[in-house]
Amino acid sequence: MNGKKLNRQDGTRAGRGARIGAEEHGGGLLEGARERRVATGGIELCVAELGDAERPTVMLLHGYPDSKEVWSRVAHRLKDRFHVVLYDVRGCGGSTAPTPLRGGFTLEKLTDDFLAVADAVSPGEPVHLVGHDWGSVQGWEFATARRTEGRIASFTSISGPSLDHFGHWIKRRVARPTPRRAAQLLGQGAKSWYVYALHTPVLPELAWRGPLGKGWPRLLELTEKVPADGYPTASLPRDAAHGAWLYRDNVRARLRRPRADCYAHVPVQLITPTEDSFLSEHLYDELEQWAPRLTRRTLPAKHWVPRTRPDHLAAWITEFVTGNESGTPVREPAATGKYADRFGGRLVLVTGAGSGIGRATAFAFAEAGARVVAVDRDAGSAERTAELARLVGAPEAWAERVDVADEQEMEKLAQKVATEYGTVDVLVNNAGIGTAGPFLETTTEEWKSTLDVNLWGVIHGCRVFGRQMAERGQGGHIVNTASAAAYQPSRVLSAYSTSKAAVLMLSECLRAELAGRGIGVTAVCPGFVNTNIVGAARFAGTDEEEQRRRRRRTARLYGLRNYPPEKVADAVLRAVVRNQAVVPVTPEARAARLLSRIAPRALRGIARIQPPT
Amino acid sequence: MRPATNGYRADDLRGFREVQQLAYACAESVAARLVPGVTEREAARMQREWLRERGVRDWFHLPFAWFGDRTAFAGFKSPLQFFPTNRRLEPGMPFILDMAPIHRGRTADIGYSGCLGPHPLHERLLADLLDHRELILARVRERRPLREIYQEVERLMIRQGYANRHRAYPFGVIAHKVDRVPERRWSPTVLGFGTNALRGLARDALHGHRDGWSPLWSPYRFSDHPPRPGLWAVEPHLGFRGTGAKFEELLVVTDSRDPEESAFWLDDDLPHVRREHKEAQAA
Repeated sequence: MNGKKLNRQDGTRAGRGARIGAEEHGGGLLEGARERRVATGGIELCVAELGDAERPTVMLLHGYPDSKEVWSRVAHRLKDRFHVVLYDVRGCGGSTAPTPLRGGFTLEKLTDDFLAVADAVSPGEPVHLVGHDWGSVQGWEFATARRTEGRIASFTSISGPSLDHFGHWIKRRVARPTPRRAAQLLGQGAKSWYVYALHTPVLPELAWRGPLGKGWPRLLELTEKVPADGYPTASLPRDAAHGAWLYRDNVRARLRRPRADCYAHVPVQLITPTEDSFLSEHLYDELEQWAPRLTRRTLPAKHWVPRTRPDHLAAWITEFVTGNESGTPVREPAATGKYADRFGGRLVLVTGAGSGIGRATAFAFAEAGARVVAVDRDAGSAERTAELARLVGAPEAWAERVDVADEQEMEKLAQKVATEYGTVDVLVNNAGIGTAGPFLETTTEEWKSTLDVNLWGVIHGCRVFGRQMAERGQGGHIVNTASAAAYQPSRVLSAYSTSKAAVLMLSECLRAELAGRGIGVTAVCPGFVNTNIVGAARFAGTDEEEQRRRRRRTARLYGLRNYPPEKVADAVLRAVVRNQAVVPVTPEARAARLLSRIAPRALRGIARIQPPT
Repeated sequence: MRPATNGYRADDLRGFREVQQLAYACAESVAARLVPGVTEREAARMQREWLRERGVRDWFHLPFAWFGDRTAFAGFKSPLQFFPTNRRLEPGMPFILDMAPIHRGRTADIGYSGCLGPHPLHERLLADLLDHRELILARVRERRPLREIYQEVERLMIRQGYANRHRAYPFGVIAHKVDRVPERRWSPTVLGFGTNALRGLARDALHGHRDGWSPLWSPYRFSDHPPRPGLWAVEPHLGFRGTGAKFEELLVVTDSRDPEESAFWLDDDLPHVRREHKEAQAA
């Protein structure tokens, strides 16, 4: 730390003969950033710094065709905890371009740039690297090159493979092209069309300086859903024209002769956007071989995640950097669930989490490392769920006592969650009650209470939390627990089926409405699952004694069926990962769903059967 | 010493207590010697040999050992899966040792849950198991039908957030009767169960069938009767997402009218009870 201070006072002492001047810079996307210029290898790099320089340094590397401002939204979220450093790659943004351009963009020269900046901004301490797109390609080079050892503490890679790993990946697939490998090769080959295009001489430059440069912001907005907030900056045509040399100087050379010693010497966090139009997820299939200390994360988003998902990135970067700073204890217990890459650190809210499917779902998300808010009408059981959730892997879990049917309570809950825990990433509207009995004997009160919980509970949940998700604009997912009774009519479940059918249709409509905002909506239709829903169900038109008898009897039948709520929870997580619309779970629910489409008359026949009482 | 009732004299009970202590001593000795890499089979053999060295020649059932998610009987479909496998113990894995030696004609049946290294969830399970120990004793003293007690235990488990894993045992039993077993020179086992002890159980089942009770404490109709005097090996087994924990020990049920005397745990000086006391004191 001492050396760090010294160097800050006397910048010219920094290594590799770099010349440094510092100036305050304000305005623009990186408001409040301290800007300085670092001279290295005949060019000058434009470096911006945010946050306290005494804190761990996080260096954000931008991609192509971008400038350091691509990170602005993430940088502002990190600046309170870290010393955030961004710089424009040579030839981009405020940095000068090498002359001649050809041969001026090799990874070796980019490594020199990185070392010069690192020495200038954090002379004593290694830095935490985060790279997106070409920034990540560079980051891989830095994280695997011998001469950077000791200068990097960790590396977070987003949408940019190591060219060497990519070279080995292609070689392996060409050498033994099994059908699957051939398909992977062809798939990535098609996604890389722009790489071939950039290798043509002059044309890319002309396009970028002409119509493409002009239309690019709009194109990003339309195809990549990047919000229009002043990015890309005005330097885009020049950045993009210069950046073409990144491809021309490196891609052919590295892919043809990939380095054999490209092992990462630092812990690596790999964040994979699953809907990336330029990179296949399979590129990283064998990555453990090259990066032994690898943490995987997946994000349902397109390529430009630093613009579209800053909250998620900032959270994962914070967690990873903090975990790799010396002296921080490793969290126990670690998330072990199947979808830990997807839900680690995410905020999940489950209603009706005090028992049955809701509780199992909360545990499944906890096991995947999500932060869980367990909501239930019964404070004790919600507390219990939160407590066990922490024991199975949730970094944090809270219990909230709320009646979902009460609009005011739900509004209050939403406010509290937003201010204290953050915006909900996955909402599971699961709370529900059972009502059975003939329509003619069901009272208005019974109808009201059923609809209040089963339908209004879901509506309130979707309204208050869906609005927060939409306002944040960084995607999310809503799961509503419907039922097989939503499409399987029954003579004794009129109220329950009606409420659940409404939930199913609500989910479908909402899915259509929110699709454009990156929010998925799923209706889960479990079927007969062994939970205590029948233990608390109302049987219309019966006295207390008969009610108890029927509850006992139905509970016994559900017990005999013995379909565990854990399997429904697994289906919920799978549905969120795959963004499925309607998910029937038990075999009978699936059979009924199929029949409802191909033979609805058969279902009507089944509906007439009087179940045993 | 409590008064002997229903055919068990005081020194009889003392004998049972001694076997139970012997079995728990075995469990603690073997648990202390478990290191990463030991297989379930090796752990079972260690128990068998330890007890044979101390004079055990007959078994109600041979020792079992379950490691990792097998402690919660994850994915168990057939009874053969209860037998020890070649699964190796790893750091942080929970384990269960379960044995039922017969010594000097008296049976013990015990279950010992442990963990290789600290495991907060496992500790929580062990602490919560003690609620079931209290609940079972209280309900037996109230002379409630066994089936009803079984269901109440199951409800408590669900309220706690766990799954009932003793349902995976044969007939889904939470307990079964044990008794004196005649000492014979030849004591073969069939599928891990001692024939001499099974004969006693079968005799009880036959008599019970005539008189409307069963030596198996199950969720089924044949257990819909008040607690039957005798010695019951009670084994509530909790499971939670790949981690399981149980205890098993003898409950003495007598025909005394005094509730205190009508049912009591044979011995309170057992590892899982001591552990709880220690924690209560620490708190």
